[in-house]
Order: sequence, then structure tokens, then C-alpha cells
Amino acid sequence: MSEPIERDVMAYDVLVVGAGPAGLAAAMRIKQNAPDTEVCVLEKASEVGAHNLAGAVVETGPLDELVPDWRDDPPAICVDAADDEFWMLHQDGSRRLPTPPQQNNHGNVIVSVGNLMSWLAPKAEALGVEIYPGFSAAEALFDEAGAVRGVRTPDMGLDRAGQPKNGFTPGIEIHAPVTLFAEGCRGNCSKQLIQHFELDRHSDPQTYGIGLKELWKVPESQCRPGLIQHTIGWPLDDDTYGGGFVYHLDDNRIAIGFVVGLDYADPRLRPFEAFQQFKHHPRIKPMLEGGEIISAGARALVEGGWQSLPKTEMPGAVILGDAAGTLNVPKIKGIHTAMRSGMIAADHLHAHGTADGFDAALRASTVGAELKKVRNIRPGFNKGKWVGLLNAGWETITKGASPWTLSNHADWQATRRLDDLDSPTPEDAQGYVDRDLPPRDRLASVYFAQTEHDEDQPVHLQVLDTSICIERCTHEYGNPCTRFCPANVYEMVENETGQAELKINAANCVHCKTCDIKDPYQIINWVVPEGGSGPNYYNL
Amino acid sequence: MKVLVSVKRAIDYNVRIQIKSDGSGVVTDGVKHSMNPFDEIAVEQAIRWKEAGLCDEVVAVTIGPDAAGEQLRSALAFGCDRAIHVKTEEPVQPLTAAGVFKAIAENEQPQVFLMGKQAIDDDASQTGPMTAALLGWPQATFASSIELADDSARVTREVDAGLETLDVDLPAVITTDLRLNEPRYLKLPNIMKAKKKPIESSSLDELGVAPAAALESLKTAPPPQRESGVRVESVDELVAKLKEKSLL
Repeated sequence: MSEPIERDVMAYDVLVVGAGPAGLAAAMRIKQNAPDTEVCVLEKASEVGAHNLAGAVVETGPLDELVPDWRDDPPAICVDAADDEFWMLHQDGSRRLPTPPQQNNHGNVIVSVGNLMSWLAPKAEALGVEIYPGFSAAEALFDEAGAVRGVRTPDMGLDRAGQPKNGFTPGIEIHAPVTLFAEGCRGNCSKQLIQHFELDRHSDPQTYGIGLKELWKVPESQCRPGLIQHTIGWPLDDDTYGGGFVYHLDDNRIAIGFVVGLDYADPRLRPFEAFQQFKHHPRIKPMLEGGEIISAGARALVEGGWQSLPKTEMPGAVILGDAAGTLNVPKIKGIHTAMRSGMIAADHLHAHGTADGFDAALRASTVGAELKKVRNIRPGFNKGKWVGLLNAGWETITKGASPWTLSNHADWQATRRLDDLDSPTPEDAQGYVDRDLPPRDRLASVYFAQTEHDEDQPVHLQVLDTSICIERCTHEYGNPCTRFCPANVYEMVENETGQAELKINAANCVHCKTCDIKDPYQIINWVVPEGGSGPNYYNL
Repeated sequence: MKVLVSVKRAIDYNVRIQIKSDGSGVVTDGVKHSMNPFDEIAVEQAIRWKEAGLCDEVVAVTIGPDAAGEQLRSALAFGCDRAIHVKTEEPVQPLTAAGVFKAIAENEQPQVFLMGKQAIDDDASQTGPMTAALLGWPQATFASSIELADDSARVTREVDAGLETLDVDLPAVITTDLRLNEPRYLKLPNIMKAKKKPIESSSLDELGVAPAAALESLKTAPPPQRESGVRVESVDELVAKLKEKSLL
């Protein structure tokens, strides 16, 4: 396409990118503060909630403020938290540990974040918020002065080579004096803007985890509604951060998941397999046996906390929620802080009419305070599980008063080269077991994510230089993309001439963003596919 | 010329269908719904006629719960001029739908009533023919191409033996097949504008249609699970296994 594309332009008072907890809370609060403000929310999923995935046990404070009578008509999945259990798993046994005080969930509710969002969206629309699912933000746009002026939506109807097909429909520009980026963890525009404005100049690199989750329907008597179980230990080694969760819902449903810190060192680790192994631990498996999977998915999450929080404002825009990094790791919660960040942005805009000053407001808020208080707990685990637990105890007792702040390092830099490893593979070292619970493999799991991409569109996982994959990565790291991807997107195959080649099954992608984060050469760039593509999560 | 198009809210084709545990139907709560894909083809065809100057008004109609308004909004975003929502919370059997469509067609007096050849939820394929029969109009089903003239249409139908070409006098009911066209991508500005277009509301009572009870649904069950296979070590073993099962 040599000629520049004519694009329609639409203008709003406020543009919100992402209809998740942060975006919807911001949009609703803006309308509550000033009903005449025209607010447009873009959502890349085909429906609100279809790309949201979390545990999730939620602190209801922000929701109580936003929708005071929400308990009269609660979301379809909403179970009062009952007992908390914290377990250390060993290969063939387990030991109950005292529940860390941050994980005391009395007064909280277990929800599905996807279901919570699809329940919240009509309430936002009733306030006059315009929500457009199926439309993503391909890139941020700038005005002559260099300020963010809005976003461009992706072109629809390009073939694999990027040429227009029949029905080609160019994306449009949406302009607004203020744009709120609430794209969730590792948002593509947020990534672009953090680089463009060097928003992370004064913060540590952001760090991440990958979370995998399944929703199960289990036989009666295997589910205790309200029970919240967290585990650490097996099948991860002592140096790898992560653990499992089992949340017991009503109607014989169990939400089960596993999180692995993406600063894991051994490139041979397969997070998906670790999750499946966790399900087969003798403490976990009896809860699932005889049941069936309803849905499954995966999503990266932010773990960097206070010291990794980039500057969250720039001319014409702010970054909210997990796109900035407001998740509280010791609490294992980010929905309340994400919503709160959105509400703070809305109040700030109402009071000042500009993004300027939002960053200071966020840091001075309860969100900043709770992140700062727990800032040393997650990096304490960089020295392994036992040092991490001791340090967590210290930081908890002192309420984060330590005069120091432990630093974070980029996850991809933590990956060790194969020739630097003398340990057995994770499966041998941890004694992985033969599995019989579904899903059999990652492809079987993707089926439960209901992911959908038109195959005839440009590949949205851009590998900038595939020669590195073959010439360096194979012997240096063993192509870890083929193992960390939860959807089997990356495969090393032989082409017709017998040469190794990277095959990208982009249609499998569940939009978790792990590849963009963990690739050891930082040559994978996740860009948005056609709007409406991606997983269609059901109650995750 | 005026064209009437029916659209149905159906569970999205990407959704993995779950059966309710009591066998009374499929799970619809919290499940993604969209416009029946064959109806989308019908809407696209009507809009193409309008853009080509072959018709001057396209009216979309649906029967269903409040949420079915979303599908009418989509039809308006395609470019339909008006939309009619016949509201009912009850499941609608084909004969009921045909009765409603007859009443709407008598009010609207279209020259062409376009419908998807079937809805992907019940796969009944009955509403189009029943509507034509109740109206006493000609019908042409499974259309893969339609040439409109002033008072007739030449319709190519996809049938088992190949392609069959019919001439029908207008007004007529025409149902659309997969290869008729490829629906467009909706443009965001059109979706925004569609939010502001009015939707007329009606009901079975207002149209004087009694819900039919011609069909009784007995049970919904998932297809039988495929038993897991066995892995064989050699060709000989494979041949032996096949013989054992009398397949060779």
C-alpha cells in the first residue's frame, strides 16, 4: 500500500483503552463525576470479559464505592470467602503452613474477573459510557506538540502478507484530550508509550509471572464453597517463584490455577506442564477426579510492584492498573488496585482537567501505600523460597518499614544458558508423574480457551530476526518459546530442505504476552491482531 | 423496493456448547451470542442491493429477549434503515416465528423477505418456508446468487445435484446460503451511529400471534464420548487389531 490510507476520525472527551477492572472503573467514575463527559471504551475481545483472566479473590472496597448496591444483584459467580489454607507441597506429601496475614480473605469474595466485567459493562453503559468490544488499539497517536492524542484501531481484512483483501476496512483514529491506557499486563500501547516517553527511566524493570487457570465442574462433595487454598513448592524447585491456587466456587465448580514467576532461570521449564503436574499432586488431584474442564486459559501478570511502577502519566495520557503494574503480589490481588487506579484517574481529571499530576496522586493514594508497604517481599524470593519466606515474615512484621528497597531485574535476563546449567531437567529433578487428568496437552487446553483468529491475516507475533532462533537460541537456550508459550504457538520444525525453522501458529495465541516478556533476545513483539480475535474465555 | 431481513440471536459459532446438567437444554447464561451467520449474509445482501440502488429501504426484524436488541444494533450498523424488535422471553418455535414474520410482512409490505437458510442453534431450516406458505408467497431457499429485477428475482440454489436456477415473482421469501457473499467488517463509526438509531418494539400479543406448541423438547444430551485409542507398536499388530475387530 503505497498511498496513505484515508482514515475516519472520531473525537471523544475521554478515550479508555481496555474494558477491564481499571478501564471500566475509570469510565464509570468519570460519568458519575460529570455525566456530560463523552467517554469511549475500546476492548480488543469480541465481548467484554472474554480476555480477562484472574484467580480471583477480590477486595470489594472500590466496587462498594462504584456500585453501592451491587450486592442486591451480584455477578453470577460471587462466593463469600470462607477458610484460607496455605500449603507447602512436596513431591509426595504436603504440610500446612500458617496463612500469611496478607492472604487472610475474610470479607472478600471469589469471582471470575471475566464474569465480573461482563456484569459491570451494562452498568457502565447505563451511565452513558460507550463500550466497543471487538476494537483494539493498534498504536498510540501523537499531536504536533508530541502529546498523546488518541489511538488508531487496526486495519481489518489484510491477508497474511499484509495486502488488502476483499472487504478491507481501514482502522480509524479516535482522538481525545486525554487517553487512559488500561490494557492490562504488558499492554501493547503501554509498552510503546513507556519506551517512547522513557517512563521507566527512574524505576526498576517491570517483572512478571505467567498465570494458568482452568475452571472445573467436579462431582458433589469435592467442592467446599468459599474455601481458598494456596500452595508453594512442588513441582517448582526452591529457586523458582510461584505456586498454585484452588478456589472453591458454588455449583460444584472449582477454579484452579498456577503462577510461575517469569524470572525462572532454567529455560527447560515448561510452565504449562508444571501446572498440570500441580493438578496431579495427591493433595490436589482428589478434588478434580471425575470432573470435567469448563474453560481454560493463561495470562501474564505484573509482579514488579512499587519499585517497578513506571511514571504513569505523560502528556495527554495516563497508564492504569496492570498496564502500569499495580498488582499487590503478597496479597495475590490486583483487581481492587486496578479499579482504584482508574477511579483516582477519573477524580484527578475531574478536579484538574489534565493528566498532569496523576502520577503523584496515584503514588500518594492507598494504591501507592499498599504497594510500597510490601515492596520487598517479592524480590526477597530472588534468593530462593526459604530466604523469601523469612524475608516476607520480616517485612510483614515491620510493615515494610525496612530502610532499604530490594531491586528488580528484567525477567528475560534471569534465563540461564544451557551450557551454564548442570542440574537435571525440571521433570527429572522434581519427579514429574504420568498424567491422566485432562487436558492431554497444550492444544487440548487451547480448545477450552475457545480462541479464534482468522488465519489469513498478518502474523501478530512478530519475530524480528528468526535467524537468531536457529543460529543462537537453539544451542544457547534451547528455544524456550516452544516451552513457555501456554498455547503451543511456537514450534521448531524442519522445512523441506531439512533446515530447522521457527513455525508460528499465531491462531492459537491466547494473548497472554509471555513471549513478549520472556524471550531471551527480546525479539518477539506482540502486536494486536484483527479486533475481536483471541480467546473467548468463559467465566475465567 | 423494500427489503425485510430477519436476524436471530444465537450462541456464537466459536462457543464450546455445554449441556445443562439436568438435560433440559444448553447453557446460555454468560455465553457469547451473536447474529446467526446465515442471517448476517442476508443482511449483507440487502445492504449491497441498497448500495447498488436496487432497493431504497432495508428493515431488520428479530424475535427474542431484550438482549436480542444487540443483534438488531449490528444489523443497523451494517446499514439497515430501521429495526423492529418483537419481544418475548420464551423460546420461539419455527411456526411461531413464521406467524410473527407473516404479520410483520403484512404491515411492512416488502418486495423481498430475506432470511438465513437456517439458524445455527436449532438448525431447523423451517422458518423461511413456513413464512412463505403462511403469506402465500413464492419461496427460493439456499440461495447462492440472486439477481433482482423489478417484479421478479432469479435465484441460484445450491442443491445436492449441483446448481438449480429459479425465477420467482415478487414479493417472495428468499433464504441465503453460505456462498452468497462474505459479510463486511463493521466500521466503528457505523456501530457508533447505530447506537442512536431507534428500534421499534412489538410483541406477539400486539401482532395477534399465539405461541405455537408444535414441538416438545424431550432431552438434550452431549454426543457420546469417543473412547481413547490404543497405540500399536508395529504394522503386524495393527493388522491383527483390525482383524480382531473384523475391520479387515
